[in-house]
Amino acid sequence: MNSPKLRIKGLHKSFGTGARRTEVLRDINLDLADNEFVSLVGTSGCGKSTLLSIVAGLQDFDSGDLDIDGSPILKPGLDRGVVFQSYTLLPWLTAQQNIEFALKAAGHDRAACRRIALEHLDLVKLPRSANLYPSELSGGMKQRVAIARALSYRPKMLLMDEPFGALDALTRHQMQELLTQIWEEHRLTVLFVTHDVEEAVYLSDRIAVMGIGPGRIMRTFDVDIERPRREEVMESAAFMDLQRNVHKAIREASRRPEMA
Amino acid sequence: MPDEPAVKANPSGPVTGLAARQATRRRSFGIGAPIARSRFLMIAVAVFAGLGLAWWAATGLELVKPIFLPSPASVVTQLGKLWADGTLLIDLKASIYRISVGFLIASALSIPIGVLIGSFRTWEAAIEPLVDFIRYMPVVAFVPLSILWAGTSDAQKFLIIFIGTFFQQVLMIMDNVKRVPADFVGLGRTLGLPDRKILTRIVVPSALPGIWDTLRISLGWAWTWLVLAELVAATSGLGYRITVSQRYFQTNTIIGYILLLGMLGLITDQVMKALGKALFRQDSRS
Repeated sequence: MNSPKLRIKGLHKSFGTGARRTEVLRDINLDLADNEFVSLVGTSGCGKSTLLSIVAGLQDFDSGDLDIDGSPILKPGLDRGVVFQSYTLLPWLTAQQNIEFALKAAGHDRAACRRIALEHLDLVKLPRSANLYPSELSGGMKQRVAIARALSYRPKMLLMDEPFGALDALTRHQMQELLTQIWEEHRLTVLFVTHDVEEAVYLSDRIAVMGIGPGRIMRTFDVDIERPRREEVMESAAFMDLQRNVHKAIREASRRPEMA
Repeated sequence: MPDEPAVKANPSGPVTGLAARQATRRRSFGIGAPIARSRFLMIAVAVFAGLGLAWWAATGLELVKPIFLPSPASVVTQLGKLWADGTLLIDLKASIYRISVGFLIASALSIPIGVLIGSFRTWEAAIEPLVDFIRYMPVVAFVPLSILWAGTSDAQKFLIIFIGTFFQQVLMIMDNVKRVPADFVGLGRTLGLPDRKILTRIVVPSALPGIWDTLRISLGWAWTWLVLAELVAATSGLGYRITVSQRYFQTNTIIGYILLLGMLGLITDQVMKALGKALFRQDSRS
């Protein structure tokens, strides 16, 4: 087995100082193998989004080791593509220009920007929306462009913070299917935060269940469901069993061991 | 593919006959209930016409002396006379020049400072409390000081307009900048952009529709400060003419100029609004 893509070792994180100091993450250990899709699940307040934000380099941590391909993560960078829960397409740029914005930051020339942007709009099945502005796109379309943007500059891994959380159920299903397809074709290391267990089981190779007070990883589940996965797989007994077990683990993990 | 948002169900079920008619009638007076554009215009015009008619009737029936309230005809004739002899144009030119320069100086300084204190907490700590303090000092109280410093020159007008608008603008622009979604800045960071580029490529363009709105609103206030400055210390301008007219009991000039100032304010506001719409038409948040 190769060394992991992402290594999180003994990571601690607190907010505030002195008497107001609260521990939000305690001793987080998690490795992501190359091309592994791992989901973080847990009730709200378990620190899963904080953990993702730390991996993105957007937040500091107190102690522990955090490295990608063996080199420590010190700040945000183009080696990690991030898809936020909120819509982060810049409203004054078209779908294509939004992707080009990222490519330009990554140092591509004009011609390459255009070519790669259009390729990635194809990838997320929006070939005809290149010249539309975010205000003309539905929520699902916006997130597809955001995914295309995060993939376009070929980061080493993708970090997704409840990217489908703001979408309606029907669109969410379609987005999950699209993401699975893209992932199965292109393979990429993904750290995915969600509170939707069905979504986590459907998309992931592995699921880490986080508990609260303070946030830590209580259990991990391997998802031994064959790929390629299509929507029908959600009806299978194996899928439903796993989903039930993860739910149970979350419930157990959410019982506060100490009153905060 | 989910290119369209989910189909919205009709919120109100089938309603029939009388109940439907009653519901419609009630709805046009409900909170936030829509009315047709033509209806909106009709109501607005009717209010203006009603007030104008009341004015015309009150003076026509000689309910008030012309020295307190001249007739609409007298006001219009007087404005026509002042236009014909060139007085009105001179006054307009002087005032528009002063408000333009004063407002541009205030805006040129408030935009960079507002962006700075909206983005960096250290600068905010250095500048925001001070600006907040000065903001509460009444502009009118600065008038004597401004005359001591700058006499009755144009510079004194610029100074009053500046004091009246700059401090408000800085705080409002700071707020516009703070309203830029944190994740937009996060996006810039994950793309490895340095702070300077995040500021120029993400924060400023994102805050621009809001900043434009701030300029539009503060330009409205600038008219007030201009007239104030001209009322107390000037030898030309719309405000000056109003003061002089008071001395000669030319109430028709006073009222004509006040109405004119209202029109000028309305026109600049509409122009700014239209420009903003054209400039930021893609921005769903504007």
